[in-house]
Amino acid sequence: MNLIIGAFTIGLILSLLSMGMLISFRMIKFTDITVDGSFTLGASITAMLIISGWSPWLASLVAFLCGMLAGSLTGILYTRFKIQEILAGILMMTALYSVNLRIMGRSNIPLLDTSTVSEFPERVLVNLSDGGSKLSIFGWSVSMMDLAVFISSIIICSLIAWLLFRFLLTHFGTALRATGNNRQMVRAQGVNNNAMVIFSLGLSNGLVALSGALLAQYQGFADVQMGIGMMVWGLASIIIGEALVGKSSLGITITGVILGTILFRLLIAIALRWGLNPNDLKLVTAIFVFAALVAPKFFRTMHKKFFKSSYHA
Amino acid sequence: MLNVNGISKTFFPNTPNEVRALRNISLQIEEGSFTGIIGTNGSGKSTLLNAIAGTFIPDGGSIFIDEYEISHWSEYRRARLIGRVFQNPFAGTAAEMSIAENIVMAMRRGKTRPLTRAVSHKMKAEIAEKVGMLNMGLENRLDNPIGTLSGGQRQALTLLMATWLKPRLLLLDEHTAALDPKSAAKVAELTSRIIREEKLTAMMVTHSMQQAIDLPDRIVMMHRGQIVEDYGKEEKKRVRVADLLNTFDRVQKRELFDESVSELIKEQYL
Ligand SMILES: Nc1ncnc2c1ncn2[C@@H]1O[C@H](COP(=O)(O)OP(=O)(O)O)[C@@H](O)[C@H]1O
Ligand SMILES: [Mg+2]
Repeated sequence: MNLIIGAFTIGLILSLLSMGMLISFRMIKFTDITVDGSFTLGASITAMLIISGWSPWLASLVAFLCGMLAGSLTGILYTRFKIQEILAGILMMTALYSVNLRIMGRSNIPLLDTSTVSEFPERVLVNLSDGGSKLSIFGWSVSMMDLAVFISSIIICSLIAWLLFRFLLTHFGTALRATGNNRQMVRAQGVNNNAMVIFSLGLSNGLVALSGALLAQYQGFADVQMGIGMMVWGLASIIIGEALVGKSSLGITITGVILGTILFRLLIAIALRWGLNPNDLKLVTAIFVFAALVAPKFFRTMHKKFFKSSYHA
Repeated sequence: MLNVNGISKTFFPNTPNEVRALRNISLQIEEGSFTGIIGTNGSGKSTLLNAIAGTFIPDGGSIFIDEYEISHWSEYRRARLIGRVFQNPFAGTAAEMSIAENIVMAMRRGKTRPLTRAVSHKMKAEIAEKVGMLNMGLENRLDNPIGTLSGGQRQALTLLMATWLKPRLLLLDEHTAALDPKSAAKVAELTSRIIREEKLTAMMVTHSMQQAIDLPDRIVMMHRGQIVEDYGKEEKKRVRVADLLNTFDRVQKRELFDESVSELIKEQYL
C-alpha cells in the first residue's frame, strides 16, 4: 500500500513536469531540452529558500518563476539569436547545471525536519485521527505523513491541470496552440509568433521547475543530478497518456498526461520491486520511448506490406 | 490607399544564384479597387505581395497604407491592416484545431487576445451563421479539426477568415490555383462576392487570364521583377484574353530581341 501511495504521489508531482512538456512538445511542437536543467533549478531554489526559513509555498512560487525565466531564455536563444531549438535547450541546460551548483553551494541539500507544502493537510489529518500517526485503510497501515502528501499532491495537481485547461481554451491559449500548428497562419492573424514561443517555453519550464520543487520537498532533498533524464521521462509519460485515452479533446489530453505519468511511475515502481537495477532505469526509459516512437510507424508499414492487395481492391 | 514606392528585392545578392525578384517597383492602389496581377512564372508576383505583407523587408523603397509607413513593420503587425489568402490551401489555417477555433483566431486579427474563453456558445452561433453562407454544410462541423476538410473548403474558410474583420487591404496569391476546377470556380465566385459586398480593396495574383478578365477592375502585368503593362479601369473593360496573350508575346519578343542585340554588340566589340 505504501508503495502504491508513494508511486501515485510521485506520479502526481511529476505530472506537472509532463503538463509543462505537453506545452512545449505537443502544443508549440518545440523539442525543449531545458527541462533537465529547469527541473533541478526548481528543486535547488526551493531547498535553499526553505532551509533559510521561507514558507514552502513561497519557495515553490519562486521556483516556478525562475523556471519561467530559464525557459524564456531558451526561447530568446531560439527566436532572437536563431539558434536551433535542440542546441538552444542544450546550452540552457548546461548553463543551468553550474547555476544549480552555485545556488546550492554543493551537490546535495537535505531537507530534514523542514516544513513542506503538505504540512497543513498533515495537521488536519492528525487532528481528525486524535493524534495518531498511522491510519488503517482496508486493513493496510498507512502513515499520516504519506497520506497528507498524497492528498496535497492531488489538490495541487488537479488545480494546475484545471487552470492549464481553462488557459488553453482562452483567446490567448488558442493563439498559443495555433503557433505550434502553423506559424505562417498565426503571423497572418497578427500574432507575434516569436513572443508566443518565448512565453510558451517560459510557462512550460515554470511548471517543470514547480514539479522539481515539489519532488524535492517530498523526497526530502535536492540533488544536482535529479533532473538528468527528466525530459525523456516526461515524454514517456505523455506517450503513455496518448496511448491510454487518445487526444481527441484538450481535457482528454491533459487527463491522459496525468494518468500516463502515474501509470509510468507505477510500472517503474513495480519493476524496481521485481529487481530491476535502479542504474538501468534510464536505459529502460530510453528504450521504451524509442519503441513508442517507432512502433506506430513500424506497424503501419507492416500493415501495408501484408494487406497491400486490399488497398488495390 | 496603398502606395508602393520604388521597392527592390534581390535574393542571394552577389552570388551566382542571385535573383533580382523585384526591380524598382512602384504601384498605387486606390481605395475600393480590385487589382489583378498576372505574369509569367517567377516574374515576382508573389514576391511583390510578400513585400507588401511584410514576409521580408525590401532592399530599398517604401510602402504606405493610408498615412502609415509600414515598410519596417513586422509581418504580424501589418496583419492589423492586411488580410491574406495563400496559394497553398493548407497555409492559411491551423490543421489540428477546429473550424470554430480557427475562425475565432481571425475574429481578433491584429487585436489583443484576452484570457477569456475563446469559443463560447454565443460565438458559435454567430460563426455558424456566417459559415452557413458558404453552402458547404460546414456549419454543422464547427468542432471538427479543419485538417479533415478538402482544400477547397479550407480555402473558402481562409477567405472568410481574412475578411471576417474588414481588412484595409486583401492580398490573394493564386488562391484558386491548387484547387480542382469546381472548387476553384466556387472560391472565385465567393471572392468576387465578398469583395463587392464588403467594398474591399484587393490585389489578386492569378495564373488564369480568364479570371483576370472576369474578376478585377484593373490588370497589372509583371515580367522579370518589373511592371510591364497596366490596364486601368476604362482600358480593362475592352481587354480580351487574346489581348493579354499578345502582350505576353510582345514582352517576351522584346526581351529576345534585346538579348540578341546585346549578343550582337558583344560580338562586335569583343
Ligand atoms: N524566399 C526566396 N528565396 C529565394 N528566391 C526566391 C524566394 N522567393 C522568390 N524567389 C525567387 O524570386 C523570383 C520570383 O519569384 P515569385 O515572386 O515567387 O514569382 P511568381 O511571379 O511566380 O509568384 C523567382 O526566381 C524565385 O525563384
Ligand atoms: Mg507565385
